[in-house]
Amino acid sequence: MNLEELKKIREKAQKDVELRQKQARIRIVVGMGTSGIAAGAREVLKTFVEEIGRRNLADVVVTQTGEKGLASQEPLVEVYEEGKPVVVYGDINAEKAKRVVVEHVVNGNPVTEYALEVM
Amino acid sequence: MMDEIASHIIDIVANSVTAKATCITVEITKDTGRDLLNLYIKDDGVGMDEETVKKVLDPFYSTKIGKRVGLGVPLLKGTAETTGGSFRISSVIGKGTEIFACFDLNHPDLPPLGNIRDTILVLVVGNPDTDFRFQVKSDSNEFVLDTKEIKHLLDGVPINHPEVITFLTKYLDESM
Repeated sequence: MNLEELKKIREKAQKDVELRQKQARIRIVVGMGTSGIAAGAREVLKTFVEEIGRRNLADVVVTQTGEKGLASQEPLVEVYEEGKPVVVYGDINAEKAKRVVVEHVVNGNPVTEYALEVM
Repeated sequence: MMDEIASHIIDIVANSVTAKATCITVEITKDTGRDLLNLYIKDDGVGMDEETVKKVLDPFYSTKIGKRVGLGVPLLKGTAETTGGSFRISSVIGKGTEIFACFDLNHPDLPPLGNIRDTILVLVVGNPDTDFRFQVKSDSNEFVLDTKEIKHLLDGVPINHPEVITFLTKYLDESM
């Protein structure tokens, strides 16, 4: 595998890019402060990143942020979707992250049993 | 103490991102001949004055009143120093911050390195607007990943695009 292969991806992906530049449909933000990392946020972020790649979710982005101040509920994940309330999930692990991707991100139904807050 | 060196790396890099770094260098060097693991992290963020650096080493200090940031530095310093290694931080306002931690590979309390592939993937994809240069060196192998080079090849396609993520996952698996 060679970095030059990125050129092929570039040609293929250019159409999606126009879509994404308008605005990503869903933004997933994982809290990666000290306590979040200690609670397993790295595994959670990795799961989201891999699920987006695996399911080719071109209109979804995942980013990280610092501490959120709810250390006892970490890892924390926020899901932003245009025109909908922000959903804050707490105590997320890799398995729960997969469920959030399938039910919330792909099918549009927030996983209420993991949600701490809907803003 | 963090469970893995990889967690320390993510934590320190998060500080660099908060400090508005545009380019972050991470070097991990395993030198079995000298029984050392060296970790070097450099950013071009806003930097700190001497007084602030001293305070950052104090776990109960934060530059943002009411917001808890950065237990990261004292935790890394603690891990390095309690496992027979050393720690150094230097920072210049307007130029950035450098952190060097050295660990004794043979110390019984040294946390495992952790999954460096995942760490690189998560940092690169989770901070798409920041450039990274990772260098992972061992006695027999040297691996460099420079996101500037990758972004140049991608010519506008974001580094967090799903196909790029899939590529990076495989690329890292094969090269490390």
